[in-house]
Amino acid sequence: MKNLVILGAGTAGTMMANHLRPKLYLNKWNITIVDQYKTHYYQPGFLFLPFDIYKEEQVKKVGKKFIPKDVKYIQKKIEKIIPEENKVELEGETLKYDVLIIATGCKIAPEETNGMIGPLWKKDIFDFYTYEGSLALREKLKDWQGGKLLVHITEMPIKCPVAPLEFSFLADSYFRDKGMRDKVDITYVTPLSGAFTKPTCTTALNYLLQEKGIKIETDFAIEHVDNDTKEIVDYEGRRIPFDLLVTIPTNKGDEVIEKSGLGDDLNFVPTDHNTLQSKAHENIFVIGDATNVPASKAGSVAHFEAETLADNIVLYIDGYPLKKEFDGHANCFIETGNNKALLIDFNYVTEPVHGKFPFAKIGPMSLLKESVLNHWGKLAFRWIYWNMLLKGIAIPFVSRNMSFKGKVFDIKQEKK
Amino acid sequence: MALKTIAGVEVKVTEDGYLEDMTQWNPEIAKEIAKELGIELTDKHFEVLNYLRDRTIAKEALTIRSVGKSGIVDIKQLYELFPKGPLKFSSKIAGIPKPTSCI
Repeated sequence: MKNLVILGAGTAGTMMANHLRPKLYLNKWNITIVDQYKTHYYQPGFLFLPFDIYKEEQVKKVGKKFIPKDVKYIQKKIEKIIPEENKVELEGETLKYDVLIIATGCKIAPEETNGMIGPLWKKDIFDFYTYEGSLALREKLKDWQGGKLLVHITEMPIKCPVAPLEFSFLADSYFRDKGMRDKVDITYVTPLSGAFTKPTCTTALNYLLQEKGIKIETDFAIEHVDNDTKEIVDYEGRRIPFDLLVTIPTNKGDEVIEKSGLGDDLNFVPTDHNTLQSKAHENIFVIGDATNVPASKAGSVAHFEAETLADNIVLYIDGYPLKKEFDGHANCFIETGNNKALLIDFNYVTEPVHGKFPFAKIGPMSLLKESVLNHWGKLAFRWIYWNMLLKGIAIPFVSRNMSFKGKVFDIKQEKK
Repeated sequence: MALKTIAGVEVKVTEDGYLEDMTQWNPEIAKEIAKELGIELTDKHFEVLNYLRDRTIAKEALTIRSVGKSGIVDIKQLYELFPKGPLKFSSKIAGIPKPTSCI
């Protein structure tokens, strides 16, 4: 018997277990998936928790439920990968593998910024990229009296790069609904040169921030948080004061990657952009947020990657050349507040475009334009996630590679 | 896309003046772009620029952190070399694409 081991039972790992079990002979291949946690979180839902749009039970389920029955699920901490010996050390157990899939994701590392975890952490400084952080922020917002709210990105890359913008938009709606928008000053702070950095998006979407009265501070690379004066400070000494800091800390790959010597300076695994094979070891493949590929770190990307990777694992096992297929395709809903959302579709080289999705000219969803239907699409996506995506069921009419049919590449300024 | 003559060479540039094709770059072009940004290039600058170009050819995403860990400069020094836009300006001068997010 041969062994295929999947590390991580998050979005990407769970999808791979579901894709591969029917493709590999039961009498030839054991599939094992390892994750230290019992709970599988619907991470896109964390955005909605602080605003009380989702409740706890809507974003978590028992992870094992989504693993096929002929896949062995081990709930243990992964200690170290030893690629030279094709072994993975777990707590009190060692697994041998013939093929390894790394799907250990990424997480926030607030300790990377001086002063972020200090006296104000979880008091006036919050994250919403963790379940606990999101819930703590919900409690804070409930009786916050207003003041200067900063929505802040520490550095790129981050998981779901649009989430901080969505947070700003939803915060605008939230405080408006509470009748206290005039008491809240919202500023979006980014290390990049703008909230929208792709020319097509800048053209089409710049009106959003203005319309919602959200201020922006660009090119801000944080050096430390000053807990005494309640300011964030950048490398040039620029200081921005806050009453409430909602930050996206540095995102890093799992520490097991660092311990195993497999990662870059942020613990992301160097991975072939098109085949998803690790660059260092031919029997190690990488998927989802754990890779260093220059695609967005997002569930939709993992979903498209999973289809290519499942094919490539089978090709690898049978000794055929791998498909250089993955194009960086991402497809994301962006909440813009007031029950509206945008939908964007792009890949490594093509900027987000206008057009209809998923059917050329018909839609029903519009790309790069705010609509109520897109918002319902985003909310419906939670159902699709739990019931189709994790189980490796292809989403009808949405292809792994980006389709260019019916899309408009000449972007005009959005008319209100 | 537009054409612009920099240091006597006609190059393709984006709306915000970044080179479209990094192979059209040369040190003279770098000096002229730098001058427009008020920066006088030294050898140290060129060490950073060459590092940025090498990493871009290797298709790696660049961050202030990665430059800070390059062994050439730390983040503070990077700011001193390229004030107001350590990555934005250095990328522009190095003839590589502007740092972007997904939208």
